[in-house]
Amino acid sequence: MHISEGVLSPSILVAGAALTTAGVAIGLKHIDQKDIPTVGILSAAFFVASLVHVPLGPISVHLILNGLLGFILGWKAFPAILVGLTLQALLFQYGGITTLGVNTLNMALPAVTCYYFFGRVVRNNSGRLGFSIAAFACGCCAVLLSGILVALSLYLTGDAFLLAAKVAVAAHLPVMLIEGLLTAACTLFLRRVKPELLEGQYAQKL
Amino acid sequence: MISEGYTNKNSFAYQLDPRVKIVAVFFFSVIVAVSNRFVALSAALTLALCIVMLAKVSPKEFVRRLIPVNIFILFLWIFLPFSTQGKPLLAIAGLVATYEGVTYAAQITIKSNAIMAALIVLISSTPILTLGHALHELKVPQKLIHLFFFTYRYIHVIHREYLRLLNAMKVRAFNPGTNMHTYKTFAHLVGMLLVRSSDRAERVHNAMLCRNFTGRLYSLKHFSFNRTDCLSLFVTLSLIAALGLLEWTRIM
Repeated sequence: MHISEGVLSPSILVAGAALTTAGVAIGLKHIDQKDIPTVGILSAAFFVASLVHVPLGPISVHLILNGLLGFILGWKAFPAILVGLTLQALLFQYGGITTLGVNTLNMALPAVTCYYFFGRVVRNNSGRLGFSIAAFACGCCAVLLSGILVALSLYLTGDAFLLAAKVAVAAHLPVMLIEGLLTAACTLFLRRVKPELLEGQYAQKL
Repeated sequence: MISEGYTNKNSFAYQLDPRVKIVAVFFFSVIVAVSNRFVALSAALTLALCIVMLAKVSPKEFVRRLIPVNIFILFLWIFLPFSTQGKPLLAIAGLVATYEGVTYAAQITIKSNAIMAALIVLISSTPILTLGHALHELKVPQKLIHLFFFTYRYIHVIHREYLRLLNAMKVRAFNPGTNMHTYKTFAHLVGMLLVRSSDRAERVHNAMLCRNFTGRLYSLKHFSFNRTDCLSLFVTLSLIAALGLLEWTRIM
């Protein structure tokens, strides 16, 4: 969920922008000049994936896939998400300039967190079951954390937002399950079809 | 479909140096985002609407672009009037809407729409690639700008790829519903998208290496900062400063 312009208090906006700047700086350090086409094209793929709507009962929800993004890009998720959200603001007017920092943080921090928590499973080349569980948890937790961060940024702006914040978290719960299922199925698919995409991020550390 | 939809090449805003536009919109957004007084906010909204008129943004386009913001605002209107403490205004089914809550929600509505209106002027008068070049001139880290260009360039390509895969699924009588089969199919769709994109990335990367890519992009676009730009920058910045004065000195 994108928080739109004019809602959050200045201190939250500044804090979000500062943390995002730090995250993007770390992310850019991980990107070699020559990797830029690869990271750019992958973030374009994630941008398009976020346009995919899947049915959920009577409504349809769009994918976020920040867990998968963290899985594949690691720290590079920060600049990738920043660029993706900038383009979403420019093309579709979701979010905006002043909220770019907070929105990026809300999406990218869970991605990086999940990369640290669940990335090891990919590296250790564990069995199919363990792998699926980790991938499911990765997709779930990323969305749940995003929901909590969105709620937190609303709540810290003012107590009046408490109810809206609770609803924001509740709305993320069903999406979380779907994201978990999709992330698990998608990573299993990638493991079969193109494992180097999953391991690329970890190869340099071995 | 993903489209920029910018138009009106004869408008005043289109001819302005994009750097001026970015700087002006940025400062305007920041000032409005930190403002709280109704005087300042209404002045900001009026100013933004005047600029929208000056820039000759088509009204239909303008309204269409304001929809996403106002959906979020609508979401807040459901909760804010009832969850803010204060003087009761009216009661609906046991829930009490307060005067303070309604004011707060109205404040946010004006704020969001003012900032968005300014952003819409920027978008509808500047092609996105030009924005990228302008950001580059404004000393945004080079890697980030390159990433921006690549992402933007390939969104369209990958989106076409996605539509092609979707068509292939429809031809095979895929009927989405709330079930495992649907989710698995979509997961594989996304997976295939990623696989194809990474293959494409490799090809593009090799092609670029063949053409001596060393990690630098050379821009053929050079912006000229002329007298009109200088004047517009001065006028907008002083108007923004005036908004700041309205907010903090409590003149009115």
